[in-house]
Amino acid sequence: MSDREDSGRELPVVADPAGDEEPTVNLDREGSPDPSISGAPEEKSPESVPEESDLDRAESAHSAPSEESAQSAPSEESKRIRRPAPAGTLIWVLLALLGFTLVVQLRSNDGDHGLASARQEDLVRILSDLEAQDARLLADIQNLEATRQQLSSGVQGREAALAEATRRSEELGLLAGTVPGRGPGLEILLDRVKASAVLNAVQELRGARGEVMQLNGSNGAAVRVVASSYFVDASGGGIIADGVHLTGPFRLLVIGQPETMRTALQIPGGVVASVQKDGGSVTMDSRSLVEVTAVRKAAALQYARPVS
Amino acid sequence: MIAVLALLAGVLLGIVFNPTVPPELVPYLPIAVVAALDAVFGGVRAKLDGIFDDKQFVVSFISNVLVSALIVYVGDQLGVGGQLSTGVVVVLGVRIFGNVAAIRRHLFRA
Repeated sequence: MSDREDSGRELPVVADPAGDEEPTVNLDREGSPDPSISGAPEEKSPESVPEESDLDRAESAHSAPSEESAQSAPSEESKRIRRPAPAGTLIWVLLALLGFTLVVQLRSNDGDHGLASARQEDLVRILSDLEAQDARLLADIQNLEATRQQLSSGVQGREAALAEATRRSEELGLLAGTVPGRGPGLEILLDRVKASAVLNAVQELRGARGEVMQLNGSNGAAVRVVASSYFVDASGGGIIADGVHLTGPFRLLVIGQPETMRTALQIPGGVVASVQKDGGSVTMDSRSLVEVTAVRKAAALQYARPVS
Repeated sequence: MIAVLALLAGVLLGIVFNPTVPPELVPYLPIAVVAALDAVFGGVRAKLDGIFDDKQFVVSFISNVLVSALIVYVGDQLGVGGQLSTGVVVVLGVRIFGNVAAIRRHLFRA
């Protein structure tokens, strides 16, 4: 303490340590009667102002109240010079500064929730906590994403399999004749023909990629023509197709590319030529929409089994 | 009375301008404010004791603020800033309590 006073002696802030000790000094004074102590320095101080620092040091050395001298010196000084002490205005400035910083500090504490004023090590700890939490949550996200992926891929697989199965069953149903069909094609009218001519026409149309066929008789009966269909001449006229008696003229509905099938029937020596040679007639109409409504029951195969 | 007005003026200025604390001052400002409060309470007590001195008040005010900020700064450099600032606050708080107790005895005779 006395070292600092020594170093600060030539500076005006020599009373700095004394000011620091203010409360303890006051406490001391409280314990001891005031007037006896405060009286003594007041007598001393008027001697000379420049020696104030020396006085201070001497008094603080035996821990007597140093502030009396400091207090009495300016009072005596103001008596002499008759002007407001600069310390007075400084006090106002300092108090204003205190209020200012007080409000600023309160405001800044209000605004952020202590993060901005937190210390570096606290911030590092908070940051590492947050990072650990972040890592945990990321792991959770990955797990959940993987689960979701699995579930959705399972659903997609099932859906795809179902769609494929539906498509195949429709295709096979069209081929087997269990499902009605529609599409562009030909409507062929066969008059005064035998079963062999009908069979020829069906074969030729199959060769020309006719996909779905139906044979209507004039008696209203209709037969879906499939791979196992057969045509036999009936004894009393007409034909029997798949066990159904049909009377002529016959109407053959076929779904496929109309031009190809028409060309296939009209080739020299083909169906049209042979029917006309036998005295029958064939007329063909292209239709943008042919409806094949006749169906057959699905035949359960008795012997054949798939290999796989 | 003028001192109270000055304090109010400072508060008003702080409310009006509402500045943000520069980041490098953030650890020191609360400590400095507490130190200044200690000086102010010491000054009030000295006033009541009838021994108030302008110069001593100014010097103790400034030195309180500077020393407390310096202690916290040194503590930060040593890596014990948090503990040291806690210690400074405790010491200043004890002093403020002592001063307030003395003021109370003056005002209420109890």
